[in-house]
Amino acid sequence: MAPEVEVQLIAVIVAAACALPGVFLVLRRMAMLSDAISHTVLLGIVLGYLLTRDLGSPLLFVGAVAMGVVTVALVELVTGTGLVREDAAIGLVFPVLFSIAVILISRFAGNVHLDVDSVLLGELVFAPFDRVRLLGLDLPRALLVGLVTLLANLLLIGLFYKELKLATFDAGLAAALGFAPALVHYGLMTMVSITAVGAFDAVGSILVIALMVAPPAAAYLLTDRLARMLLLSVLIGAASAIAGYWLAYWLDVSVAGAMATLSGVAFGLCYLFAPGRGLVAGAARRARQRWEFAQQMLALHLLNHEGTAEAIEECSPSRLSAHLRWPPAFAAEVVRRAEQGGLVQRRGELLKLTERGRRLAQEASLR
Amino acid sequence: MELLTALFADYTLRTVALGAALLGVVSGVLGCFAVLRRQALLGDAMSHAALPGIALAFMLTGQRDPLVLLLGAAAAAWLAALLVLGITGTSRIKEDSALALTLSVCFGFGLVLLSLLQKRPDAAQAGLKRFLFGQAAALVERDIVVMAALGLPALLCVALLWKHFKLLSFDPEYAASLGMPTGALSILLTTLIVMAIAIGLQSVGVVLMSAMLVAPAAAARQWTNRLSIMVLLAASFGALAGVSGALISATTRGFSTGPTVVLCMAAITLGSLLCAPERGLLWRWIRGRRQLAPVD
Repeated sequence: MAPEVEVQLIAVIVAAACALPGVFLVLRRMAMLSDAISHTVLLGIVLGYLLTRDLGSPLLFVGAVAMGVVTVALVELVTGTGLVREDAAIGLVFPVLFSIAVILISRFAGNVHLDVDSVLLGELVFAPFDRVRLLGLDLPRALLVGLVTLLANLLLIGLFYKELKLATFDAGLAAALGFAPALVHYGLMTMVSITAVGAFDAVGSILVIALMVAPPAAAYLLTDRLARMLLLSVLIGAASAIAGYWLAYWLDVSVAGAMATLSGVAFGLCYLFAPGRGLVAGAARRARQRWEFAQQMLALHLLNHEGTAEAIEECSPSRLSAHLRWPPAFAAEVVRRAEQGGLVQRRGELLKLTERGRRLAQEASLR
Repeated sequence: MELLTALFADYTLRTVALGAALLGVVSGVLGCFAVLRRQALLGDAMSHAALPGIALAFMLTGQRDPLVLLLGAAAAAWLAALLVLGITGTSRIKEDSALALTLSVCFGFGLVLLSLLQKRPDAAQAGLKRFLFGQAAALVERDIVVMAALGLPALLCVALLWKHFKLLSFDPEYAASLGMPTGALSILLTTLIVMAIAIGLQSVGVVLMSAMLVAPAAAARQWTNRLSIMVLLAASFGALAGVSGALISATTRGFSTGPTVVLCMAAITLGSLLCAPERGLLWRWIRGRRQLAPVD
């Protein structure tokens, strides 16, 4: 495979692997734990390296995953003392662990591949140069790691779909039914940790957060169904990855940064234009409701005065604005829309309710 | 001791210590309000979001003047806060997702801008990368002047609006019922927090700046139930950690300033969580033992 194709493939796989556990983080309101975990896995990697002096050792991976879980446990320990609140606990724990990692790197490991820049940025473009042989195939290591992570996430979510769903949407019921909430929680945190470590090489620590949170948050605005949200998150993540790669290619900038930026753009588009929940749809709905409400008011007004002595005064289009306290232009527009919708008819100087208009007014008055 | 004499004699060390102390005091004071208002993580999002602001300020003006860069940082951080509040206010996205999203996407955008800047011949000297983890040793007098120009008005503002900010932090509904402009006051307080972040960027860096807001306040909270004492304590803790961290970093190879300051602050916080009278964990443990004793 050409290196460009490989880089894009890695980007897509990593984005998909990140989006899956991200869905549950977003739904369980734990998105900021991804921030904490993605920072602290670095400490696990550094400690593993200092122990083994080998960047390829599997101990690095194990150490990093364990450190992610330890971070969550530490946050819960600090919160559990009741001395600080959870948000402050997150803000206390991960900078400390991350600081230790940065200092250890610059003190003891400064001359190896581990340097602070690549920690933040990742080295996606160089990923094709680091290759492993498996089953006679010559693959980039990052591709293999990403693929394993993605499959592990798919397998775990597939196996425990029901448990995760229940624990996410109704933790109380899940506990009552005997699904240990702590087990589900730590299982999920292990999954996040594994994913963060797997994605770390490719996109760096902070951009892992973007890939974990932005696509699920965008998907959350598009659907109410968990299965669909998982699928949409993966698609949005993959699309941002490909688009990010090409943006970075054209502008000659950081690939990981461009991927994160475009996942933010994807969220922004959903935030603005999502059908039903987007800002534009919301504004359109409010505008429509405004006219609908005004037409209801008009119908009610006409119904009230229908057949009474003052009907001539109350129900003439030119007098409406004074009686309903509407600006004249607004009143004229309401009458026009009501006529068009077959709610009222004009009889000389008088507005008359049609059958439909009368039904609408009666329904509205019953409400 | 040698370090102390050097501190007064050496121009660089004096500048570094002054900058770090300033940072510690301002972030300690404003961090108290951030923590009390449960905005500890908003600081994290804002400080990460400052990165594209710095890069854009440099791209647009081509200047390395700290005032320009820090104002760019502050503007970006302020916009990020607005973005978080806007997203949570107008959609069903929860605060944690909005924070993580803003933080990572803004930072990613910042990295894109930085990598774009790498290609400019004047960028290497601009040293924008030091904003990632901070480099107190690179501070010069002009930086201190800018930091003071941002920090002292912020502190003055807190002193003048003390009662308002206090009420806003503890009982915003009551503040609103008294007719205080709570919306405007929250925006002002957030703006002041943004200024505290901007001050810290050169010495602690965008990645770890949030810890300097949270940790001094969390440590100070353990020693007292009074806001005034908490704010003073947080300022002193912040200054202590800032100065000691910056000095260690400036005199020892391989200690980036940001992480070192954060670790100094963490030591103070850990000590406070353990030893503070009444609330501290050791104190609680001893009291628990004493209450058990007569039962035997």
